[in-house]
Amino acid sequence: MAETTQTLRSAGAARGRKKNSQAKEIWRRYRKNKAAVLGLVILIFILGIALFADLIVPYSKCIEQVGADRLQGPSLAHFFGTDEYGRDLFARVVHGSRFSLFIGVATSLMALVFGAILGASAGYFGGVVDNVICRIIDVFACVPPILLSLAVVAALGTNLRNLIIAITVSCIPGNVRLIRSLVLTVAEQDYVEAARSYGTSTPRILFRYVLPNAMGPIIVNTTMSISDMILSAAGLSFIGMGIQPPSPEWGALLSNAQTYLFTAPYMLVFPGIFIILSSLAFNLVGDGLTDALDPKLKD
Amino acid sequence: MTKYVIKRILYMIPVLLGVAFLVFTILSLTPGDPGSIILGITAKPEDIAALNAEFGYDKPFLIRFFNYIGDIIFHFSLGTSYQSRGPVMADIMSRFPNTLMLAILSMAVSSIIGISLGIFSAVRQYSVMDHVCVVVAMIFASIPGFWFGLMLLLLFALKLGWLPSFGASSLKHFILPTLTVSLTSAAGLLRLTRSAMLETIRQEYIRTAKAKGASEKRIIWKHALRNALLPVVTTLGGGFGASLGGAIIAETVFAMPGMGTLITTAIRQKDIPMVMGATLFLAVLFSFVILLVDVLYAFIDPRIKAKYQNGGKSRG
Repeated sequence: MAETTQTLRSAGAARGRKKNSQAKEIWRRYRKNKAAVLGLVILIFILGIALFADLIVPYSKCIEQVGADRLQGPSLAHFFGTDEYGRDLFARVVHGSRFSLFIGVATSLMALVFGAILGASAGYFGGVVDNVICRIIDVFACVPPILLSLAVVAALGTNLRNLIIAITVSCIPGNVRLIRSLVLTVAEQDYVEAARSYGTSTPRILFRYVLPNAMGPIIVNTTMSISDMILSAAGLSFIGMGIQPPSPEWGALLSNAQTYLFTAPYMLVFPGIFIILSSLAFNLVGDGLTDALDPKLKD
Repeated sequence: MTKYVIKRILYMIPVLLGVAFLVFTILSLTPGDPGSIILGITAKPEDIAALNAEFGYDKPFLIRFFNYIGDIIFHFSLGTSYQSRGPVMADIMSRFPNTLMLAILSMAVSSIIGISLGIFSAVRQYSVMDHVCVVVAMIFASIPGFWFGLMLLLLFALKLGWLPSFGASSLKHFILPTLTVSLTSAAGLLRLTRSAMLETIRQEYIRTAKAKGASEKRIIWKHALRNALLPVVTTLGGGFGASLGGAIIAETVFAMPGMGTLITTAIRQKDIPMVMGATLFLAVLFSFVILLVDVLYAFIDPRIKAKYQNGGKSRG
């Protein structure tokens, strides 16, 4: 008995070691890609700004209106200039990072959860389940994503929660199709057949064998989709269908800046650069992960 | 082959009904009935009820849906606008050409730029130009189209004064919006074409062609390109959807009277029939483009053709 426990324990330890070394292996391959490392650095920088926004500049600066400082260009007092109410744009851009990153990550994760449940069921069970799910997804996929988002916003109204719902809904069809096709490939493998043959329960097969083996492309896709979601959210806010103006969301800041395009073009610059940086960071990291997570590319 | 095409076309019928149901259901979630939206909640209840009856809003949800579908099929009508009280279809017809024009121009420009640079980049892998293409494509893929549009507007309309900054009255008005929409989607297309081309170049039959002594030009144009472009063609349908989406946002930047500005204005005015009609109209157009791309794909991919000629069945 004691012996068995001992064996089990060492097996567990070995597995732990293996996981650890696998992570190391992935990191080793990731590190080789300079662009991916740059992406990670930008990502940490932007995440740092979002997490420590209050330490960098207090939120009160975002709403403080200084009448004498209206539409001032960038200066030492206001790094990014001020808007038409004399609000400090540096503070607004810094605090705006919270919106964009939160929306990007939240929508991608929610779309991933729905995509995983629907896609994995469709791919694994096949038959009627697959048919029903695929036909529904076909219908959703026939509405261009932005129109789907606009319809949801039109029905529910414009605020943060509805924007997240709107973008998530438009992102689900792609996720379901991707995960379904991945699961289809993995479910045909011998080790899944083996697991089934000694009576492993279906949920266990799905979550223990199928999904982990399909994980690489899923992680990459989710990372890249955060970038797309940040752009979609900014676009919807820009046309006035997302976060509404008093909130310092980057797209909303740009929407406001458009009014003063001719008199204060600097208002466009910084929110735009921050959107590009955060979107670029997730794209670069996703690109790096594509190679790092692909075991076939091991050298 | 004909069987596949017919099957694919017949499948459009339930899909389009599904799309109509989806759009109708989402927009029916809007709080408030037409009567109180148009007259305001302070109006007399009987006036509100009368107006609701006029819009057919007194009927249950499913009946309203079937009436809506019936109107589309038999009267080519998408309902009545809450705002102008005129037919939704009239507004769509006056705005739609601009959006379609912008989407098609953008598709064309982005395909030409994206595919040709993608091929070039792959053929000259690891060259300086390849690196430049890859880096620029990565940056463009991360730029919000509307921001890029605003920058173009600042430079070409404001600083240089070469091009008009708003409106849609001449072809000149379409230059900046087209660049706005196409350059960001060209980036994605470039990356896709490049990787498809690189993958194809590594195939056995390319090696065979090389071994037989075929010239590099012949290998690229005759052997690699046709196969590398297959995955690219499948994304063109989605690309059209992205162009439509890009056009919708670019219209706001360039104050262009198109479907995007129509929809956003209608959303602000709570003009639900207008939103519904315009969304459905574009979704149906998009579905037909997807159908077209699918059929086209079946024609150019010999594997699909073969599958149907052998009487084999495929899923979906």
